[in-house]
Amino acid sequence: MSGPNTDYDPVEVTPLKADEVEAMREAALAAIAGAADLAALKQVRLDHAGDRSPLALANREIGALPPQARKEAGQRVGQARGAVNQALAARQAVLEAEHEQRMLAEETVDVSLPTTRRRRGSRHPLTLQSELIADLFVAMGYEVAEGPVVEAEWLNFDALNLGPDHPARTMQDTFWTEPAEDHVVLRTQTSPVQARTMLTRTPPIYVVCPGRVFRTDEYDATHSPMFHQVEGLVVDEGISMAHLKGTLDHFASQLFGDGITTRFRPSYFPFTEPSAEVDVRCFVCRGGDGVAECRTCRGEGWIEWGGCGVVNPRVLVACGVDPEVYSGFAFGMGIDRSFMFRHHLEDLRPLFEGDVRWNSAFGTEI
Amino acid sequence: MKAPLSWIKDYVDVPAHVTTDELTRRLTLTGLKLEAVESPGREITGPLVIGRVLTMEPEPQKNGKTINWCTVDVGDANGTGEPQGIVCGAHNFAPGDLVVTVLPGGVLPGGFAIGARKTYGHLSAGMICSARELGLGEDHDGIIVLPPDAGEPGQDVRPVLGLDEEVIELEVNPDRAYALSLRGIAREALVSVEGADRFRDPAVRDTPAPNADGHPVVVEDPAGCPVFVARKVTGFDPTAPTPDFMVRRITAAGMRPISLAVDVTNYVMLETGRPIHGYDADKVQGAIVVRRAREGERLTTLDGTTRELDPADLVVTDDSGIIGLGGVMGGETTEMSGSTTSILVEAAHWDAVSMFRTGRRHKITSEAGRRNERGVDPTICEAAADRVVELLVEHGGGQAHPGVTVVGSPPAVPAIRMAADLPQRVAGLPIDSRTVVASLQAVGCRVDADGADVEVVPPPWRPDLTDPQDLTEEVIRLVGYDAIPSVLPTPPSGRGLTRAQRLRRRIGRTLAGEGFVEVVSFPFVGASDLDDLGLTADDPRRDLLELSNPLNAEAGFLTSTLLPGLLRTAGKNVGHGNDDVAIFETATVTLPRHAGPAAILPVDRRPTDEEFAALDAALPAQPLHLAVVAAGDADSGGWWGESRPVTWADAVEAVRSVAAALGLEVTASAVELAPWHPGRCAELSVDGEVVGHAGEVHPTVCQAFGLPKRSVAAEVDLDLLMARAVDLRRAPSFSSYPVAKEDVALVVDTGVPAAEVEQALREGAGELLESIRLFDVYTGEQVGPGRKSLAYALRFRAPDRTLKEGEAAAARDSAVALAAERTGATQRA
Ligand SMILES: [Zn+2]
Repeated sequence: MSGPNTDYDPVEVTPLKADEVEAMREAALAAIAGAADLAALKQVRLDHAGDRSPLALANREIGALPPQARKEAGQRVGQARGAVNQALAARQAVLEAEHEQRMLAEETVDVSLPTTRRRRGSRHPLTLQSELIADLFVAMGYEVAEGPVVEAEWLNFDALNLGPDHPARTMQDTFWTEPAEDHVVLRTQTSPVQARTMLTRTPPIYVVCPGRVFRTDEYDATHSPMFHQVEGLVVDEGISMAHLKGTLDHFASQLFGDGITTRFRPSYFPFTEPSAEVDVRCFVCRGGDGVAECRTCRGEGWIEWGGCGVVNPRVLVACGVDPEVYSGFAFGMGIDRSFMFRHHLEDLRPLFEGDVRWNSAFGTEI
Repeated sequence: MKAPLSWIKDYVDVPAHVTTDELTRRLTLTGLKLEAVESPGREITGPLVIGRVLTMEPEPQKNGKTINWCTVDVGDANGTGEPQGIVCGAHNFAPGDLVVTVLPGGVLPGGFAIGARKTYGHLSAGMICSARELGLGEDHDGIIVLPPDAGEPGQDVRPVLGLDEEVIELEVNPDRAYALSLRGIAREALVSVEGADRFRDPAVRDTPAPNADGHPVVVEDPAGCPVFVARKVTGFDPTAPTPDFMVRRITAAGMRPISLAVDVTNYVMLETGRPIHGYDADKVQGAIVVRRAREGERLTTLDGTTRELDPADLVVTDDSGIIGLGGVMGGETTEMSGSTTSILVEAAHWDAVSMFRTGRRHKITSEAGRRNERGVDPTICEAAADRVVELLVEHGGGQAHPGVTVVGSPPAVPAIRMAADLPQRVAGLPIDSRTVVASLQAVGCRVDADGADVEVVPPPWRPDLTDPQDLTEEVIRLVGYDAIPSVLPTPPSGRGLTRAQRLRRRIGRTLAGEGFVEVVSFPFVGASDLDDLGLTADDPRRDLLELSNPLNAEAGFLTSTLLPGLLRTAGKNVGHGNDDVAIFETATVTLPRHAGPAAILPVDRRPTDEEFAALDAALPAQPLHLAVVAAGDADSGGWWGESRPVTWADAVEAVRSVAAALGLEVTASAVELAPWHPGRCAELSVDGEVVGHAGEVHPTVCQAFGLPKRSVAAEVDLDLLMARAVDLRRAPSFSSYPVAKEDVALVVDTGVPAAEVEQALREGAGELLESIRLFDVYTGEQVGPGRKSLAYALRFRAPDRTLKEGEAAAARDSAVALAAERTGATQRA
């Protein structure tokens, strides 16, 4: 800051004349408006708002005016500088926005390019089917029971009312292990888990037992030496076939769709009496008009689903449950089979071939 | 069991409005499930009519054959009424005979379309049919000649031949052996079809009284053979043909006609359910004795097999020795043949368990055995034998010998006491006691009401009815399973999945998230699989549980490791062009404990806790394993850059991810173990316990399994991991004071594991150390041969204050000092 210039005659200071200040301001605003980019605006800022700019120089002259003229001149120059600075800021914002827009436009990529670098994993459809079924029953209050795959003969057969000379033993083609006198088998059903459950828990018992089972079936489109079953067991006071029917109807509707029910047909299983085959209403044709052409149920309207019945009191006795107090029901379905008709799979072999393209088709939940 | 509908209707009246569909639906709903409805003529379409041969002219041919040029009257069936000209190669007929004629446009079984065609110089317009051409069995001698009263020329011949007969095939459960007979099926139709009436039991007939003139029979083992009936037919014509109706019915029932004598025994077995054996009476020497076999005895059975007999086998003997395996199969020496004129008929009741054991022991399955081992009505031996005699006499021209031998009597059937309300309690459906009594009577039981109970004597053809629960099923199935209401029970509040079940799901999801695809393999392996893994002779994984009856002799054991199956599956994938493959499997493996037999415990009581524990102890250990295998690229290449092939580290990392999901940290240390690369195998431990192994698969093993070199694998014991899983994780807290970063580069011998250096740094750095990260490993000129440089980034922070000047550097120095002391590390200049 310099001190007041007492040498000047105020009327001689042309830069402070109103029209001069106005011209400076006009020139500055025109230059600002004409700045095409941020670099040009930077130069304009130096030229019209910098220390050597006409308005800055004019401002410096104000102090030289007589006090009576200062106020007016100061006001005039101040207003002009304010307008210029405002215009600069506005232009700066516009140019910055334009610049950013241009930069972003230049950074455009092809978003349709492939992005997958990592393999996708998945879980096995039978694991998923098994978990889904377990969850349905857990939601009803059941628990999930498990047992070993290599099992004692007594638990796989005898405890389930299949004595050594029971003709039904030949119905189940059993894998035996060496030495034979060890009486150890690959379980042919998940029923030994039921026996284990009764032997280790006290009623009321509400469990489902999903798991792997083995039969000496040659491997083809509809048979496998290893497959998966889910069995259910309820032991409580006053349990009847009506409860069994209610439970399986609920299970069927949860797994295959609303309104899908079951049908019982008399059958024979040593561990249940009475016993029934369970058919489930075909969820494709629902036994309606399209039944004759339906490939899922082959025109039957029903699909064979599994077996069930009232737990034979002899089984309760062998497993330490008092048949005078408790009764129970049991049921068993193929998990693989349920999966096959739920997902329209006609040949079961892909389930065990391990082709990653096939296995990964089901993701992590079904 | 296949049953012609007309045969069923011989024994029961079914209302005319009941269609086959309705009949079979009812049978299905009461427990005889329909498998199929067949018709012998189902493959024949178009005109198949009775023809009368008008003329036949033999014409010798150059090829030595003689054909007959015939004209056949087929009425109006050909549309003209003119005789039909047909060439026929058979000679067993004459003009005037009625024959089966298929006209042009007809199709015979096998899709054999009939047209008018030029042959042997004639236009042959149709064909005269043999039984084989119609699918009615084997030819005896040429074409079918119908009886003179079969019908008029031009009539459809199907009803005459039974080609329009419907045959229903029913699935018979082991407890319903009585339904392996027309008698049983007709009785089921009676009780299950509304309006069915007038059951005519084919096993009820007047039989001659036993006398002393029959063939002498001694039963030494009445428990094994409670009833033995012998009858004889003499003067039998062995050339007499089996009547058509019998051939048709036997064939329809799925058996093969053989000769009149054999066919009659089979026919009566199908009719009554009672297996019958016929001997050539002239070959039977002296009295028949029924006993158990003796050690070392042998018998050549009808099928030509010579069998070493077991002392538990029931045998039929005569003066010459053993002539039959009782109830299972006859012997060769007394077999009926084409010259048999005298037939000894045996109708005997055999102990079912003994039949089952003998059948299984000698691997004999037969129609007779199937019935005998499931239980046959013991009261119908006399009737069945009498029926056989009747048919042999009627169709074979013989005479019934007046002798009737009956030894023993049917065992008494004990009464069963049942609470009358048991059926309704079991069904969950009101069933009054009148219905209970009526239902039980309908299936043949004798029922006496006694207060709140009923006393029930089951009929002799239902040996399966032994318990009140069995009677209950009979009542409920007749009331109808479809009457049972649908009621949800009310379980107590459950506890959800167990911890182990939840952890297993977590592990599966973690691996799927890491890009692994789950597979399911069979657990069967052979020694060659373990050879392929490169296991040494003393590797504990070679101790396998052997299967007695494997499907495939090459895979006769239960596996002790998931790797063979998983490597095989990965190799198969690569073979199919899935080059980048990453798979996992969780399953139990079988590790023999050689702990001796699992007892066969009694079933009339609960086993004691000790007995139950001993059962489990006798089973092999079956820990849950996890294995992963990966080959090819972990990350694929693309516009972003190069691909990243899988390395040993991916296998270790897969296990680390699983462990992390369980809140665990895994320590890796070098080990040599098949099937891994000797320099690239990590032994993985948690808290000092070895849980598994991971690394690069040995190149030889890769080759054996069809995998590219540098494929990787891991296998861990999930039971061990899950047992250590952190249960409830504490909420963490982090310091918000500034962090101080220090980098150090340490040079050590290449053999020093990085994990040891890091451990020393951690311990040396003390409590202020927040984290440590190895960010570079360098080998080369700057550090000299046999040395490597490990560069670590250390972060220090105090929980409660800002670190003072030099505090972090001091901690770093003491870390380096400890690393130097433990591992000989020197700080890189
Ligand atoms: Zn359908």
